[in-house]
Amino acid sequence: MPKAKVARKSTAIDMTAMCDVSFLLLTFFILTATARQPDPLEVAIPASTVEFKVPDKDISIVTIAKGKVLYEIVGRDIKIRTLERMGEEYGIQFNDEEKKRFAVIPAFGVPIGNLKQFIMMEPDQRKASGLETMGLPMADTTERNELGRWIFHSRKAVAELHNQSMQISIKGDANEEYPAIKKVVDIFQKQDMNKFSLITSPKGGI
Amino acid sequence: MAELDTSGGGKKGKKVRSKKQSTRVDLTAMVDLAFLLITFFMLTTSLSKPVAMDVFKPDKNEKDESVTMDFPESRTMTILIGKGGKVAWYMGLVGATPTIESTRQLRESLIDMKGKVLAANNNNPDKGLIVIVKPTKAAHYKDFVDVMDETKIAGIETLAIDDDNIKPAEIDMMKASGVY
Repeated sequence: MPKAKVARKSTAIDMTAMCDVSFLLLTFFILTATARQPDPLEVAIPASTVEFKVPDKDISIVTIAKGKVLYEIVGRDIKIRTLERMGEEYGIQFNDEEKKRFAVIPAFGVPIGNLKQFIMMEPDQRKASGLETMGLPMADTTERNELGRWIFHSRKAVAELHNQSMQISIKGDANEEYPAIKKVVDIFQKQDMNKFSLITSPKGGI
Repeated sequence: MAELDTSGGGKKGKKVRSKKQSTRVDLTAMVDLAFLLITFFMLTTSLSKPVAMDVFKPDKNEKDESVTMDFPESRTMTILIGKGGKVAWYMGLVGATPTIESTRQLRESLIDMKGKVLAANNNNPDKGLIVIVKPTKAAHYKDFVDVMDETKIAGIETLAIDDDNIKPAEIDMMKASGVY
């Protein structure tokens, strides 16, 4: 009786297809990844069940954490126009280099007097100098209320350039005390902005 | 290809045949690397973008502070947000016995009261529950967001945020319950 021979198969597998798939996935993840710029202040945002995504243009974000207030304008063109308008109001001239650098700064909380110096710093210097987390002054008088002026001018800039009304949102730390939020909301309401949004993180499953 | 013939020079005269090499490359290492990178990008990307909760506040009339709005007391539920994630809510006018509960428990109360008010008004959708949210000084931002979220889940249509007219009686009431 002849012995039944089991054909010996090679253990090498063709990896080509697998390689294709994995690189496709890799490309997808690289392209969808948005380099997240770290916030100057640590903000733990509370969770909620709402489903509206934060729009990515014509919006500005007021960050409130540890009693400090930072302001973030979205959009490079809007940032530059807002800076120009602020410069006009406070009598500070910003040159093109400074405008360009300001356009890539995410959130800032620097009093206008230190802004020029802040813009010209390198990112690591900004952190070290402590200017980054000084917070915007918001005294009661109009001209000392820089947060109010920033909001006002960015709204004007959005209206000028995009013909849209700007949305404003609050990104508050979960442990922030309510009066700090109220102070900012009162500034909105002084400018007749009764509608605003609260930025929250999506909550999974109820 | 420029290669050194190292196969030894023993057999002279014979034609040197170039060995036929397989075109297959071992892709295992490449796949390994690709998956490593995928894992890295998957873990670092935040696919969940933050969401925005729209909030409206009643218009502030600075010229005439006396303009107030009256709500029918039978349909009004006032939620006071105190410390430690606790709320105190009551129906109708100040002085009614408040219910103290956590923001988590508030949802059931909201849905319950909504149903009761609707039933009392012959299911007239125009006469639903009116909710007034009053965050006090003791409240944290998180509690405020939680309460707003609960009202959204409960489907409260008439909602007002009032942080200017917190009455002393309400503060006293909250102090008595230990949530202020």
